[in-house]
Amino acid sequence: MFYREAGQFKTSYKADQAIFTITQDKFFVGAFLIIAFGVVPFFIDDYWANAILIHVLVYALAGLGLNILTGYCGQVSLGTGGFMAVGAYASYKLTTSFPELNFIIVLLLSGGVTACVGMFFGLPSLRIKGFYLAVATLAAQFFLVWLFNKVGWFFNYSPTGMIVSPPREVFGFLITGPEASPAVRYLFCLSVVTVFALAAKNIVRGRIGRSWMAIRDMDIAAELIGIRPLEAKLSAFAVSSFYVGVAGALYFNVWLGTAEPTEAFDIFQSFFVLFIVIIGGLGSILGSFLGAAFMVLVPITLKTIMVDGMGFAVGAAKHVEVMLLGSLIIFFLIVEPHGLARLWQILKEKLRRWPFPY
Amino acid sequence: MLFFLETVISGLMAGVMYSLVALGFVLIFKASGIFNFAQGVFALFAGLALYDFIAEDGWFYDLFGFALPVWLGIIATMGVMVIVAWLVERLVLRHLVNQEPIILFMSTIGLAYFLEGVGDILFGSDVKPLDIGLPQGASDYLLDNYNLYVEKLEVVAAVVAAVLVIVLAIFFQKTRIGRALRAVADDHQAALSVGISLRTIWVIVWSVSGFVALVAGIMWGSKSGIQFSLSLIALKALPVLILGGFTSVPGAIIGGLIIGVGEKVAEVYAGPFVGGAIENWFAYMLALVFLLIRPQGLFGEKIIERV
Repeated sequence: MFYREAGQFKTSYKADQAIFTITQDKFFVGAFLIIAFGVVPFFIDDYWANAILIHVLVYALAGLGLNILTGYCGQVSLGTGGFMAVGAYASYKLTTSFPELNFIIVLLLSGGVTACVGMFFGLPSLRIKGFYLAVATLAAQFFLVWLFNKVGWFFNYSPTGMIVSPPREVFGFLITGPEASPAVRYLFCLSVVTVFALAAKNIVRGRIGRSWMAIRDMDIAAELIGIRPLEAKLSAFAVSSFYVGVAGALYFNVWLGTAEPTEAFDIFQSFFVLFIVIIGGLGSILGSFLGAAFMVLVPITLKTIMVDGMGFAVGAAKHVEVMLLGSLIIFFLIVEPHGLARLWQILKEKLRRWPFPY
Repeated sequence: MLFFLETVISGLMAGVMYSLVALGFVLIFKASGIFNFAQGVFALFAGLALYDFIAEDGWFYDLFGFALPVWLGIIATMGVMVIVAWLVERLVLRHLVNQEPIILFMSTIGLAYFLEGVGDILFGSDVKPLDIGLPQGASDYLLDNYNLYVEKLEVVAAVVAAVLVIVLAIFFQKTRIGRALRAVADDHQAALSVGISLRTIWVIVWSVSGFVALVAGIMWGSKSGIQFSLSLIALKALPVLILGGFTSVPGAIIGGLIIGVGEKVAEVYAGPFVGGAIENWFAYMLALVFLLIRPQGLFGEKIIERV
């Protein structure tokens, strides 16, 4: 009744190609952004910012990055944790070596560094495919984490091997370090993620995104119609690693504040981000956000219910949580292998006919 | 020279242990095209179950007042693994037929999480020393006569692995079920059309890999106790797999040996120059280099692509 595009005519190609073609979608997204930018910062406190909102945003950005590679270009990667570490350590080195450099530039540069590293580790993808490639990217994961553990230059020879984010300002607001207010950090993350999501949406709709999808669907056929696999695959690795690197920099600087490679960037990070992408929906920008929200919120909710609501011990609750998370993942894969984004689409289809379905 | 020999031998033995895990992967991948990430957790689960059947402080003892003898415990654990295989087929695989490989892979990671949680709840999460009477310590004969340090347990592991491979080879080549398994591995549809039941075959193959997991669990459990980190040996088996090829049983063994030796030799001779602890990633790099030359692994089937 309310969600119906009857009477909304498009009179130009431009209108036809818009990101949100339906007026209701525009309103909905607009209202969502206004609330996220204008209302939430006034009510946010430390717990909500750290445990939930920034957490979701950072992983959504990492998910976006992996989705570009796995969802759009079809190259499975298990090296996300390692690439996040590259972003985090690059931002740390840059911001400690050039303290007066604007933090936004630091973010972009660390993304650039990660893109280079990602392209290097993406080189085997030209020869190796499928699961062989997935396992090969594990080489990146283990090698990079080992590198950041062993070479003192990366953590400025700090005796603990930890890196600590120094306080930095953007437009006069403190965004990193323990003094930064949750609202400012949240807003910064939100702005970065919004800009990057918009950019991703447009990249994947354009020429380059289409060449990725052609490679994903069948690389030999793509090659025959004139797409260079080298260009397409490496650009996918570069763009994806850029996103993941920026996510890693945010993860370390804005969210955690301190990091240590074996804990913060281990193999389970890679799996976690891969879960986000698959549960959310491969090849969907929205899916990255839904997946991140799901994977972050479900464990927190389960824990809250079990520990506070039912009086489980924390240790036992952890085991039950792992078990439930595993079965929920299987459940969602069985119910909808195309992820939450697909469920959302089905819901919208249903909504168009509501309340008179035929 | 002696030191080098010792390094190589201990590498070979470690390689055998990796192969034991990799074998389970290969079996399932061959028969159903599923990359079963839960294989490591299977080994952990089997080890935990076995411990509880045969140890004095397991819950079998609590329930019935006596612990099972080792051989009965192994049979009982095998029963548990068959039930797990059946449940996996019934609850997970049956609903995911014809999905993309990545979805199936993800579902096995979900399965790994689930089994890990269940194992922790049922059996507790502390380290359990598994002792089923396998010989421990250094082999006296080699130590006295050749001054060579070789773990007895690892020799046993090597023998067990060899027996396992021979048994599996006979099972695959000579028996009726083995032929059906190979048919399914070749082509699901063709196998269905000559009257082979996919579901039964899947239960059988998951049971067989459960059995391999049990063997791996016993060996690793005897070596370092049954603990959570056992589920991480799956990560050790992955480079072995891509080196040997996902579809080859001998590949898993030879890949394991190459990785084991390469890792040990690199750690001992190259490790000190770069700060040590390179065991973690060296295997992957080695496998990666091999892959660049042979993308399907050493013994994998040649990948033929058509448009």
